Amino acid sequence: MTAVLRARALGKKYQRRWALTDCTLEIPAGHVTGLVGPNGAGKSTLLNLAAGMLTPTAGTIEVCGGRPGSGPAQLAKVGYVAQDTPTYARLTVSDHLRLGARLNPSWDDALARRRIERLGLDPNQRAGKLSGGQRAQLALTLGLAKRPELLILDEPVAALDPLARREVLQDLMEAVAEHGLSVVLSSHLVADLERVCDHLIVLVTSQVEITGEIDGLLATHHRLVGPRRDIATLPADQHVISASHTDRQTTLIIRTEAPILDPAWTVSTIGLEDLVLAYMGRTARVGSGSGSGRRPALEVLR
Amino acid sequence: MIEFHLDVRSGVSPYLQVVQQVRQALRLGLLREGDQLPTVKDVVARLAINPNTVLKAYRELEHDGLVAARPGVGTFVTRTLADASLAAHGPLRQDLRRWLAKARLAGLDDESIEALFMTTFRTAAQENIA
Repeated sequence: MTAVLRARALGKKYQRRWALTDCTLEIPAGHVTGLVGPNGAGKSTLLNLAAGMLTPTAGTIEVCGGRPGSGPAQLAKVGYVAQDTPTYARLTVSDHLRLGARLNPSWDDALARRRIERLGLDPNQRAGKLSGGQRAQLALTLGLAKRPELLILDEPVAALDPLARREVLQDLMEAVAEHGLSVVLSSHLVADLERVCDHLIVLVTSQVEITGEIDGLLATHHRLVGPRRDIATLPADQHVISASHTDRQTTLIIRTEAPILDPAWTVSTIGLEDLVLAYMGRTARVGSGSGSGRRPALEVLR
Repeated sequence: MIEFHLDVRSGVSPYLQVVQQVRQALRLGLLREGDQLPTVKDVVARLAINPNTVLKAYRELEHDGLVAARPGVGTFVTRTLADASLAAHGPLRQDLRRWLAKARLAGLDDESIEALFMTTFRTAAQENIA
């Protein structure tokens, strides 16, 4: 497996606060990876480190075989559309395309013009006069026409209406199918991620909670419902992600590779949204402080 | 040619939905031997889903001997599922109707019947795996 992004014990500190700690990851090439987590979890920091906009405080990160932002060859391999889909307000749409063509050695001008035309953007319009959604589309056009090996998108569809959102994702997936490009995108919209992503990273309070292939993650996580039970009595290979209890009943979300044999449980599969929420709720509930090394064990709420 | 759709609320993974829709089309005779499946690019551009999802689904169908990929051309149906088993549907449905009547006579409501069927179905499926 070739990795498009490899991070080892990666960390980033802003003045006193660690925005990302001990992040070890490997993202395989040719895949679409979703990055989820609560606001302030460190998603944008991780993406900025991958794009070379930030330098790590600790650890290492390698993107497409090189150090992010290390030179023109490296910059050509990685496309990055930041969270607020930045464009130059005083430049027109066609100025942006000209700029893209000058700055990017593998620029696909035909792709860029086709896309602008299909979106119905006026080439002579200044970017500052575009709507939020149109600006996002322009920024994405630049990212796609650059023809990078890895395209990094921070909340690419947040500003878009449902129809535009679907169109962006369709174009993105078409580009993945056609050019075999790898994509890492952050989003709060888990339903979108479920459609377009095959890998997932859950980032909570500056740490990676879980990462892996989505089908594999869904196959190894289960919801167990049964009579009330102390979770300390579960088999060692069943890792409890979330637990809630009533007087008589216990509901768990667990991770296990092994079959669940105990007939007392009603076992059901969980969707991606439940999985993400279970991991996101985990650290919030135990109230762990970030950057202090090991997080405390899960507490049982009654 | 068939068109795929995706039900994100179903809880069934997208790749499995594609597999099931092809199998269903084969069973109903909507797809026959020699028919071409939509290209990965077409499916992806229509549904906004991950190309690997479609590839995975097509690989599984290929593994089951239902379709074959011709590199550079496309994926084609090699076998149909609208076979002898279709003839068995009638008698099986009658059995099921009789069972349903029995269940109602015993006082089960719709939900209980569904729950009983699903748990029995799952247990039987698990026993087959084990």
